[in-house]
Amino acid sequence: MTAEMAANLPVLFAAIVAFCVVVYVLADGFDLGIGILLLLAPRASERDAMLASIEPVWDGNETWLVMGGVLLLATFPAGYYVLLPAFYLPIIFMLFALILRGVAFGFRQESVGFRGIWEAVFAGGSVVAALCQGFVLGGLITGVTMRNGIFAGGTFDFFTLLGFACGLGLLGGYALLGAGWLIWRADGQTQIFAREVAHSALLLTAAMMVVVSGLSALLVPEVAARWLDWPRSLWLVPAPLMAMAALLIAWRRIWSGRDGLVFVMGLLVFAMGFVGLVVSLWPYVVPRHVTIWDGLADRRSLAFVGFGVACIMPIVLAYQAHAYWVFRGKVKPGEGYAAATEPGEP
Amino acid sequence: MDAVIVARLQFAFTIGFHILWPTFTIGLAGFLALLSVLWWRTGRPVYRDLLRYWSRIFALAFGMGVVTGLVLSYEIGTNWAGFSRAVSNVVGPLFAYEALTAFFLEAGFIGIMLFGEGRVSRGAHAFACCMVSLGTLLSATWIIAANSWMQTPAGAVADADGIYHVVDWWSVVFTASFPYRLAHMVMASFITCSFVIAGVSCFHLWRGRHPEASRIALSLAMWMALVLTPTQILVGDMHGRNTLAHQPTKLAAMEGLWQTVRGAPMTLIAWPDMEQARNLYAIEVPHVASLYLTHSWSGEVQGLDAVPREDWPNVPIVFFAFRIMVGIGVVLLATAVTGAILRLRGRLYTSRRFHFLAMGAAPLGFIAVLAGWTTTEAGRQPWVVYGALRTADAVSPVAAHAVLTSLLLFVLIYAALLLIFLWVIARLLLRGPAVLAAVARPPEGVLAGATASAIATGPGE
Repeated sequence: MTAEMAANLPVLFAAIVAFCVVVYVLADGFDLGIGILLLLAPRASERDAMLASIEPVWDGNETWLVMGGVLLLATFPAGYYVLLPAFYLPIIFMLFALILRGVAFGFRQESVGFRGIWEAVFAGGSVVAALCQGFVLGGLITGVTMRNGIFAGGTFDFFTLLGFACGLGLLGGYALLGAGWLIWRADGQTQIFAREVAHSALLLTAAMMVVVSGLSALLVPEVAARWLDWPRSLWLVPAPLMAMAALLIAWRRIWSGRDGLVFVMGLLVFAMGFVGLVVSLWPYVVPRHVTIWDGLADRRSLAFVGFGVACIMPIVLAYQAHAYWVFRGKVKPGEGYAAATEPGEP
Repeated sequence: MDAVIVARLQFAFTIGFHILWPTFTIGLAGFLALLSVLWWRTGRPVYRDLLRYWSRIFALAFGMGVVTGLVLSYEIGTNWAGFSRAVSNVVGPLFAYEALTAFFLEAGFIGIMLFGEGRVSRGAHAFACCMVSLGTLLSATWIIAANSWMQTPAGAVADADGIYHVVDWWSVVFTASFPYRLAHMVMASFITCSFVIAGVSCFHLWRGRHPEASRIALSLAMWMALVLTPTQILVGDMHGRNTLAHQPTKLAAMEGLWQTVRGAPMTLIAWPDMEQARNLYAIEVPHVASLYLTHSWSGEVQGLDAVPREDWPNVPIVFFAFRIMVGIGVVLLATAVTGAILRLRGRLYTSRRFHFLAMGAAPLGFIAVLAGWTTTEAGRQPWVVYGALRTADAVSPVAAHAVLTSLLLFVLIYAALLLIFLWVIARLLLRGPAVLAAVARPPEGVLAGATASAIATGPGE
């Protein structure tokens, strides 16, 4: 292996982990968003259609959370064993929320009299999961206390205003993705409902992106320095500009655009938000303590993982795309297991 | 309370609760794959009915497995930072391969397996079922590889900071105990699932409902049990001899053997007293432990006295858990043999006493699996990586009260989940295959037409 390749190895693996996180956020983002919007959906037929639209794909989406976690352990262990204890409570509560959400989905289908309760659990789980992820995100930007190579802060260090703002931002962003997904995949009243809520979701997302950016710059000098490093910061301008453009296009085209447009714009907003995060935190795994060069796992372990990722990840992406393809098209309420009794579906 | 104890309790509780679901779904995925192939090849509607019926149950159990497993992949970091720090180079890639190969295989095909019948051809549906089954087996393989490395570590060396570095991946994956452990667990899954299917089928036969589907399911399940239960006991014996060779302290605790002796007795039952380092109220059969462990009448078996007291596991837990597992194994073998005899006499489907026996045996596999894992995990203590990393050094720098809070919440949430799951599943199971297959989703009116046409036209493609 040449020296140059060796120097680029951490960047390559950081990109792979980042890719998994992005796929998780985008994919689970819209189904968490469906959960959040469930709170606002007035009619049972809408709630049925909303849940039917994510039925075949949501647990595949959640698998990316596992993939991101274990890849972090395998490639940048310090990120795993320092950050997870640091965010103990938000991560555990996110897991509780995802558990309740997951089983609520399954039990709802088998339930007759308690559907409302399971829908509330599914929605509540989605909201709590988004807020917890926000606190983790806020904590990442603020940074964690570390001594002698391990986490040395307190249990409630994660509980910050910035974290709460990130939580609200994710809540709005996921709701936007969920609404975009519904505009694309549903029709009739469900689609109209999605178009209506997309406005509020968009406003909340835009407002919180401004608040989070401002708070980060005020509270974390390193982040401010990164963004205000004239003239190098000129290179960074396109990211927030594109995010703003995406939000604007979505806003103007909620009623008139193609059905998939709002969803795509939502994805773009998240992608730009992630670029902003990378700019703020680069090149750290544990912000301002461990860089991706210091935190990299063993060469041998990386080679083993890298081989697997290179061989298998493309196949995974291909058949996950295939699963989406099989269940393409507008959803109809009452689908799901019901599909089994409708022979002759193309 | 001690932070290490709370963290251990939480992990034991969450992983113990989790293992119930894979145990069931590994076996059930295999059963569903078999049914889907039979339905594809023969086109007999009874296979489709069984497939739909058990798919519903599989979906719920699989969901429970996914969400409780997700917890574990993060708990290793939140609660066991010392462990992650020391062995991430070794176990990290194994977990990554599990997610890469198994989880995505399952996640990619489970949608088609559960909701795709009728949307894709019967052959493609059977393929999806086989892929999900393969996924569950791959998942077990990687997790057992990681666990076996923790039990009998090889292929990695520690540096001065106590960080392990892999020198040979082949040795890391194929450790001394891996093949036995994997075979033992996978067979345990299939056996557990067989007895659940047999128990449910016997319930319907006992009530005189769904006779055709229940007979076929019972027949398949009892064949599986008859082949696997004795094989499992054989594999268990080999696994035990492997433990004697590589983890003699654990084996001594399993046998309640305090002193190294030749011609060790088999202790049927006793109260192992760790204070006095001897068994109270013991009922023993002389020489028999040496016979089955060393295959010689007076073979030497290492006792707990060979290692210092601080390296002992909690002997009573290991001792009793092992006996529960073996006891259930014997009961299940007896049930399988009884079923075979009844089948020879043509009374398998009519003997009400056997139907009661099978219903009683249905949950036993789960208890045996929990007892077996308790034996092997508690028996590894006080090490998290046997002979290399102590559990006390593996814990996270998280406040004990935070862990205690999360532990209490886990207990509350999981207890509620289990109750609700059993309630929902009981209603599904009681309704039976034929009814469920016909009425795929009862509450919606929209289905009435589709259901009627499905019944009228029979199997559709």
